[in-house]
Amino acid sequence: MTQVTFRQDGKTLTALLSGEIDHHGAAQLRAAIDDRIAAASPAILILDFSAVTFMDSAGIGLILGRHKLVSALGGVVVVQKAPKDIRRTLSVAGIESKE
Amino acid sequence: MKALNTIRLVFPSRSVNEGFARSAVAAFAAQADPTMDELADLKTAVSEAVTNCIVHAYADRIGNVTLTAALYGDGTLRVTVTDKGCGIPDVAKAMEPLFTTGGPERAGLGFAVMTSFTDSLKVYSGPGRGTRVVLEKRLGRR
Repeated sequence: MTQVTFRQDGKTLTALLSGEIDHHGAAQLRAAIDDRIAAASPAILILDFSAVTFMDSAGIGLILGRHKLVSALGGVVVVQKAPKDIRRTLSVAGIESKE
Repeated sequence: MKALNTIRLVFPSRSVNEGFARSAVAAFAAQADPTMDELADLKTAVSEAVTNCIVHAYADRIGNVTLTAALYGDGTLRVTVTDKGCGIPDVAKAMEPLFTTGGPERAGLGFAVMTSFTDSLKVYSGPGRGTRVVLEKRLGRR
């Protein structure tokens, strides 16, 4: 089961992702995150992967798509706390996860 | 080389089956005593291969995906994912990193992930002829 909950602190929006992110689950995450981006216009969108148990290239697509959207609004996207397996998948796209 | 054990699964190209397929292969692979890293690699590669069937091969319809897995005595697991969908006109081009026909939300890294997470990857396809992806992963290397 893929889920996302949000935390907002001023202009920083944190999306706490959990579960398995594949093509099937990514669609639902994308819709939920994009709704919050539209409402909050965050200067910083933090995608927190600490509770993600599986991710394939659909997760990379999710990050790149949000990057495009948030940068168009003048903001930045930060990827953080990805577990080891997820970091290895991210590395295929050259994406680094912050601690 | 004769396989020690095999499985064959046939399922419709519904996206909910992406999770089913990778979990089924992981459960089958468990008998080879894989490391956690090997299992994670295998699940990710299988997920990519099955997603390609759903997103690309059967883009506008539901069709059958056939997945077989065979385990060999040296610890090699060979997984074959076959569809009867639209096929790939230019396999070399499709395997280039960042190339995608799947729209803006697809990274175009499915084959790059499959290549980097397996020991061998072969793709057989042609327009209208479906696609067969054969990937191999050596398991139990500690």
